[in-house]
Amino acid sequence: MIFGVAMLVLFLGVITTAAVVDGFVPPSHVQSIDPTKVSQTPPFDHPGLRKVANGAYEAYYVARIFSFTPASIEVPAGSRVTFYVTSADVEHGFSIPATGVNTMVTPGWVSAVSHTFREPGTFLLVCNEYCGAGHQLMAAKVVVK
Amino acid sequence: MAAATPRVPTADDARALSRAQGELLVLTHIYTATLVLGVGALFGMLQGFSRANFIVMPPSFDYYRMLTAHGVLMALVFTTFFITGFFTYSVYHTMPRVRSTRLGWTGYCVMLVGTAMTTVAILDGSASVLYTFYAPLKASPLFYFGATFLVLGTWLVAADIFLNVMRWKAENPRLRIPLPAFIAACTMTMWIIATLGVVAEMCLLIPWSLGWTPGIDVGLTRMFFWYFGHPLVYFWIMGAYAIWYAVVPVTFGGKVFSDSLTRLAFIMLLLLSTPVGLHHQYLDPGISAGWKWLHTVTTYGVVIPSFMTAFAIFATFELAARKAGIRGFVKIVRWLPWSNPVFAGPALGMILFIFGGFGGIVNNSYSMDVLVHNTMWVVGHFHITVGGPVALTFIGATYGLVPALTGRRLFAPRLALVQVYTWFFGMSIMSAAMHWAGLLGAPRRTSDVTYFGAQGAATWHEHMIWASIGGTIVAISVLMFIIVATGTFVSDRPAEEAPRFEFASTNEDAMATPPVLDRLGRWGLVAVALAVLAYAGPLIAQFQAHAYLAPGMKTW
Repeated sequence: MIFGVAMLVLFLGVITTAAVVDGFVPPSHVQSIDPTKVSQTPPFDHPGLRKVANGAYEAYYVARIFSFTPASIEVPAGSRVTFYVTSADVEHGFSIPATGVNTMVTPGWVSAVSHTFREPGTFLLVCNEYCGAGHQLMAAKVVVK
Repeated sequence: MAAATPRVPTADDARALSRAQGELLVLTHIYTATLVLGVGALFGMLQGFSRANFIVMPPSFDYYRMLTAHGVLMALVFTTFFITGFFTYSVYHTMPRVRSTRLGWTGYCVMLVGTAMTTVAILDGSASVLYTFYAPLKASPLFYFGATFLVLGTWLVAADIFLNVMRWKAENPRLRIPLPAFIAACTMTMWIIATLGVVAEMCLLIPWSLGWTPGIDVGLTRMFFWYFGHPLVYFWIMGAYAIWYAVVPVTFGGKVFSDSLTRLAFIMLLLLSTPVGLHHQYLDPGISAGWKWLHTVTTYGVVIPSFMTAFAIFATFELAARKAGIRGFVKIVRWLPWSNPVFAGPALGMILFIFGGFGGIVNNSYSMDVLVHNTMWVVGHFHITVGGPVALTFIGATYGLVPALTGRRLFAPRLALVQVYTWFFGMSIMSAAMHWAGLLGAPRRTSDVTYFGAQGAATWHEHMIWASIGGTIVAISVLMFIIVATGTFVSDRPAEEAPRFEFASTNEDAMATPPVLDRLGRWGLVAVALAVLAYAGPLIAQFQAHAYLAPGMKTW
């Protein structure tokens, strides 16, 4: 019982230290957008990859039943990519398994999550929140060269 | 032979009559839960086959419709009918009752009508929105009305429980509320506070689904849903804990370890079940990381009463074993009545809950959640919690309750015993496979995990095969349960000795219970205050954001 509570305090300490010192917090971007006007709202009117500095990219995604735009992006190994995602219709998920990229995509809001792709490879990007009859088809890819 | 003396009906007769009606009410709850479990298990098994690519569901009854039915029937309907029935029994059985059962029956009927409405909406394909019904997926109004009636029905059952307890307390101001009745009233208080969230959500969803409002604030509905969604989990757990504390000890001649510890644990669950819901929304945009962190802290807090419960259960085992002259861990474990399904069901559930609890701590660990959120890990987690300890406990209790309520002999008791072990075995396989697939990144809630042969998905499919094997074993186990439960009623063999379903008495050595622990009304107010403290900030931020409204859609 005492051991259990001590473990909980320890866990909380580790999590809090990681959050404050290293910035390990769950994706919590606060930025609203009109979900009915996504295709007219910059930068989501032209979704895709933008290079912001050497080795740093921003990727703007629109999630819409049952696909992501862009369907594929390509970045060099070692790049840090910040994904900005919004939905033009219902709730979606945005997850690249085997990386720390995982966020909900809520209509009316922009989600943001960053990841450094160190190893080359082709990563699968999936919608991991049920969005309708074709949910199991909703995927894209991230190619790291 | 002397002529029979005509008897004047006494208060005792009235009570006996009233008790008989009460028994029918409880029995109806239990059998409703049993039927729902059977239907839900069939859908569950087909889902397993579907995900393992053994079958493809026809478009006329597709995977997501079935998944919605499985989730709603298991998580919301089966559990709720059993728990409200069991708590009605807890009150009716521990206090001499003078109120009629009318309110209880009305509550049951409203719940049943709500369930029927929701089920029809799901089966006719107008509500494939899964049991979380996230807007702006827009189901037919029938679905939302049905869910609302189900909740309102439970409020009537709760009112019946509260009125009985209050009346008893008024007549016995110096006595402690009997422990089972206290647990019932405490849990239902928590439930009322929690379901305010879903009712608030329905106030937005129903006008919108009727076409009266053009759009919906998706973030707000999600916050209302999860305000309710986590205490829902604790509603199941409190139902199971009630049986662990107060019923399981009877099966080996044990006693409640400590009356005050039990009451304290339930009060802590009442206080801490609600102010934690944001831990389901760690990955949501539009909510700041600080509020999420606050809910991480409170969620760790609600683990503590579970630690207390684990401690108390082991102490109960040990005290009873020592009294019987048994010492030593292995000897005590062997001494416990593993061949009695009323013990074995809950006890096997406790073993599963050790893993379920650890997994829950992982899920709650803030930034760590990104690794498991919306993966199969989560599905594995709730099948080893609500699908393991909670369901096994309710099934074990059903094996005790049905004979006690009907005076009949349990049908095929050996089958009942095989059934609980089969469930344990099948659920262990299924849940382990799901956890593993989740760690590899397999998403939940998809009908197919192959993603057209994509590289990243290559390792997921084989785990789905294992999950479907485990799921089939559980479905067979449910079939055995239905045979025993209905067979007991249908075969109609009276028991030689009236079967009883009793609650354990308290250990005499335990400390006297401080009266403050009996003040449920005040603790309820504290619980409301904590919920307000935890949610006022995030809700105000949500309102101030003036979020854009999203139009509803039917994407299935």
